[in-house]
Amino acid sequence: MSLLQITDLQTHFFTSAGVVKAVDGVSYGVDRGEVLAVVGESGSGKSVTGLSVMGLIDAPGRVVGGSIRFDGREIAGLPGHELRKLRGARIAMIFQDPMMTLNPVLRIDTQMVETILAHRSMTRTGAWALSRDTLGRVGIPSPDERMRGYPHQFSGGMRQRVAIAIALLNKPDLIIADEPTTALDVTIQAQILHLMQGLVEEEGTGLVWITHDLSVVAGFADRVAVMYAGEIVEEARTDDLIDAPRHPYTRGLIGSVPSRNARGARLAQIPGGAPPALNRPEGCRFAPRCAFRTDGCEKPQALRDNVRCWRAADLPDFAEVLA
Amino acid sequence: MVFVIRRLLQALFLAFVMSFLVFAGIFAVGNPVDILIDPDATQAERARLIVQLGLDRPFHEQYFIFLGNLLQGDFGNSFVYNRPALGLILERMPATLELAFAAIVIAVVLGIPLGVYAGLRHGSPGSQAVMAGSILGFSVPNFWQAIMLIMVFSVMLGWFPVSGRGEVGEFLGIRSSLFTLNGLHHIALPAINLAIGHLALVIRLARSGTREVQAQDFIRFARAKGLSEPRIVLVHLLRNILIPIVTLVGMSFGGLIAFAVVTETIFAWPGMGKLIIDSIRMLDRPVVVAYLIVIVVIFIILNLLVDLLYSLIDPRIRLDEARQ
Ligand SMILES: Nc1ncnc2c1ncn2[C@@H]1O[C@H](COP(=O)(O)OP(=O)(O)OP(=O)(O)O)[C@@H](O)[C@H]1O
Ligand code: SF4
Ligand SMILES: [Mg+2]
Repeated sequence: MSLLQITDLQTHFFTSAGVVKAVDGVSYGVDRGEVLAVVGESGSGKSVTGLSVMGLIDAPGRVVGGSIRFDGREIAGLPGHELRKLRGARIAMIFQDPMMTLNPVLRIDTQMVETILAHRSMTRTGAWALSRDTLGRVGIPSPDERMRGYPHQFSGGMRQRVAIAIALLNKPDLIIADEPTTALDVTIQAQILHLMQGLVEEEGTGLVWITHDLSVVAGFADRVAVMYAGEIVEEARTDDLIDAPRHPYTRGLIGSVPSRNARGARLAQIPGGAPPALNRPEGCRFAPRCAFRTDGCEKPQALRDNVRCWRAADLPDFAEVLA
Repeated sequence: MVFVIRRLLQALFLAFVMSFLVFAGIFAVGNPVDILIDPDATQAERARLIVQLGLDRPFHEQYFIFLGNLLQGDFGNSFVYNRPALGLILERMPATLELAFAAIVIAVVLGIPLGVYAGLRHGSPGSQAVMAGSILGFSVPNFWQAIMLIMVFSVMLGWFPVSGRGEVGEFLGIRSSLFTLNGLHHIALPAINLAIGHLALVIRLARSGTREVQAQDFIRFARAKGLSEPRIVLVHLLRNILIPIVTLVGMSFGGLIAFAVVTETIFAWPGMGKLIIDSIRMLDRPVVVAYLIVIVVIFIILNLLVDLLYSLIDPRIRLDEARQ
């Protein structure tokens, strides 16, 4: 049984303009020691899915349907105080912008120690020592001194390391990382990726890695779930997905990753943009941008054999298309 | 510390400019002798008084004599009371200070929780009630609020005295009517009256600060860490909304001292405000000038304290930057 299993999750925002179905029937699972990458364009619902698991959806949003099973227990709809016990203890989350996730007016040690004391009965001294050691583990030099620093004294990459250290403090079973490297420059990205990979392997932690950048996931994630307009459109093992993407949207994504296009070949861009959340096509949501669209595509598409496209099997071989 | 010294020099210069303007202003308004002297006095008596007060000399001479005395710490004698002007003011300062202090405490102690509540529960009936109250407190004229307070709580209900300052007690060497029950009983209404406008401001600042900070990623991260709601609000949120509130409190404390005049007049509070109104009417120049210099000094000290507090609250602010 998976560590985390989301089934048919529905998270909607009840705005004055209408009901925004940010997450509209999403299912995915992740096991201990496994890395699942969740990929998709901006606005596809990746973050809202993660926040739903954490129980951090605020009004006017609400999880209106589906199930979230964590370690065999249904956690969708748990009361606030029960969820609080899981958050930061058994499920940790890291956010995109390291400049914004640490409180600017509190010292690093305060922000770390409080995370431990919120969940465990431990002396302050013990919690401080554990915090310092964890800071050292994520590669922050002279952690003893840095503990007494404030966030503005750290670079972006270092702050993200602090956030990761905070996530690790209580040895969570699952970490949801929401684009933790997007705001960092490329070399730092690689370092953070490497760090996370090592930590997850060491501890056997399950990891959901949210990103809109497919080039990051190769060699890192075990499986990839591709999201589009509030739905999963394809899920596969990473190698399979990259070598033989089946959904036209995934094909477009991979076609536009630079490394696939040897020697200056033109990048295949997906034309158009994602449909507005309040006004999505009736049938296949990708249809307006799809090069393979035909008459049958006006029907809503179900996820069959892990692809949300009734023509997936008929499409030309991806390798040939690229060549 | 360069910062503090620069500040003090600025203060000195400001006080100097101020003294000149006020001096010249009152000189232009009229001759105090006309007001001070009995209309039936003889020409000789009149001339004697003019010489005694030094009013026979030309303006610039009067000013330089005043300045010379000032540099020796002598603010001159009041024309009316014939006593040192500074002494008159300092005598009444404690009453005004304690009134302003009580008002600020009321504004902060009630304003921050109400504002944070209104921000956290934005859109709820409770929040809307708080905001409606704050608009009312902000827009109804101060003197009218004072009269209503007296009407309802003193005259109709009889809970509080109508006017005056209560008994003075001593605590840690400070003498104040805040230290006796009778004193607190007397100060309650005038302090509330003086507080209402600022209470409304603190509520608005705390609410807008709360709404702004609440949407920040670090609050979401704090929740993702599994912290309790009280810890998030009291530690993570509050610290971040304090800066604008500290500014307001610092600024308005000076304002409360300087403009407690209306409240002091209505409640017959024996503070500086009443003295200064009388002095202006009598063209008692030494008292007015001394008063304004005292006020300038108070403002400067408060500004300094506010800047020092900033750097305590927010580590990103260093003192030399806080000036700007
Ligand atoms: N508080 C909210 N009120 C209304 N709509 C919201 C709210 N939060 C999110 N949404 C909507 O939910 C949809 C999905 O948002 P989400 O943040 O999950 O996207 P994402 O895939 O994480 O994108 P990104 O790559 O930009 O982070 C968006 O269309 C957004 O407009
Ligand atoms: S269902 Fe049709 S429109 Fe949708 S992705 Fe498949 S081929 Fe394209
Ligand atoms: Mg997102």
